[in-house]
Amino acid sequence: MRVAVLALQGAFAEHEQMLSRLHVPFIEIRQKRDLAEPFDGLIIPGGESTVQGKLLRELGLYDELKGSILSGLPVFGTCAGLLLLAGKIQNDTRTHFATMDIIAVRNAYGRQLGSFYTEEEFQGIGTVPMSFIRAPYIAGVFGEARALAMVNGHIVAARQDRQLVTSFHPELNDDLSVHQYFINMIV
Amino acid sequence: MQKNRYELNKNLAQMLKGGVIMDVTTPEQAKIAEAAGACAVMALERIPADIRAAGGVSRMSDPKMIKGIQEAVSIPVMAKCRIGHFVEAQILEAIEIDYIDESEVLSPADDKYHIDKTRFAVPFVCGAKDLGEALRRISEGAAMIRTKGEPGTGDIVQAVRHMRLMQAEIRRIGSMAEDELFDAAKQLQVPYELVQYVHDYKKLPVVNFAAGGVATPADAALMMQLGAEGVFVGSGIFKSGNPEKRANAIVKAVTNFTDAGLLASLSEDLGEAMVGINEQEIKILMAERGK
Repeated sequence: MRVAVLALQGAFAEHEQMLSRLHVPFIEIRQKRDLAEPFDGLIIPGGESTVQGKLLRELGLYDELKGSILSGLPVFGTCAGLLLLAGKIQNDTRTHFATMDIIAVRNAYGRQLGSFYTEEEFQGIGTVPMSFIRAPYIAGVFGEARALAMVNGHIVAARQDRQLVTSFHPELNDDLSVHQYFINMIV
Repeated sequence: MQKNRYELNKNLAQMLKGGVIMDVTTPEQAKIAEAAGACAVMALERIPADIRAAGGVSRMSDPKMIKGIQEAVSIPVMAKCRIGHFVEAQILEAIEIDYIDESEVLSPADDKYHIDKTRFAVPFVCGAKDLGEALRRISEGAAMIRTKGEPGTGDIVQAVRHMRLMQAEIRRIGSMAEDELFDAAKQLQVPYELVQYVHDYKKLPVVNFAAGGVATPADAALMMQLGAEGVFVGSGIFKSGNPEKRANAIVKAVTNFTDAGLLASLSEDLGEAMVGINEQEIKILMAERGK
């Protein structure tokens, strides 16, 4: 098994460290030619969704990756990655892959002073540490998507078939359980 | 400041990695920067090249101008305060800035003490010329470091010098025996724990960007290949012939900084680069402010 990490901008190295600790081989995707290598899952890291969304299109990655996700490539998006997968973004006219039946809210907790840490239940895992950095949340799920975790009445993790999103950053804490959950979705 | 607030502040810098932070002076420029792929903008009254040209005392920007930029874009907004001017920092915190740059580009307000950044909930980025300066700023509470370079010159030589020196010192600390670290801490004038971190992880305990003198996609890629985790571009963009195109090209150069073929095509037809000043021609060395 090999996992691709979208390495256009943001905290991709942190995801790679988690994969290393789980002994899962990975490759980085920075441009179109990197797609020639086969991979079995995709991680879209935290960072700025505006930057990643733009580079995806301008570096010629968008169509092929969207096609792969629609035909069942397991994908895990954290924070900005959640926004790239969201079918709707409440406070932004622009969407990106839009492959998931979730309605996201950008910068839902405000600016950096609104960033916070907590620990909450994650369905199928138990309590996990959650760091929210200028994070989005999910205002609602529809269609095939279902919620996996809630914080203060808002959905912060969801799954739809082989797509997984969290509005927090499991890659910033030592706990490997959410990454393990994603790896289990691949095998 | 709670311990986890500092972690969250370091985390925000992690999210900026692999990105370009652009200096902007108006909401219009901020929108251009965001559309070009900036991962954050630095709001300031005048870009460093103009500060250098105008001379005189330069201070924190008008909060109203900063708020205008906050409203114009959805990406993080940073702003500068003078070295040691903790009231300017309090004001920036009050308007909920995402990151404060305690910056040598502005006139220092205190020639001895930097701001005690541990008293703030918002994060700080500080400039450094070498490992000692970087670790001193971190011990004062900085959650992100950048090279000082020489702002407003369009000359990359100082940023290169600072980044190379910092990386060389990190390698030196990394190869030391455990019992040599105490003396290294003494020489660098920094807490032992920070030296131990550098020794164990072979990197700074916070994200490290390049800044000062970046004017071309090649400059940005050079800094990335030298070990920067992202790039600040100040005067280089809005002092050039075609800011939009140049900003776009620098963003892509930072993502694919080792692909010379792509860098070649990104460097084509960018119009006039900022004219720049050589380091020998400079009257004020901003990098010498605040050690």
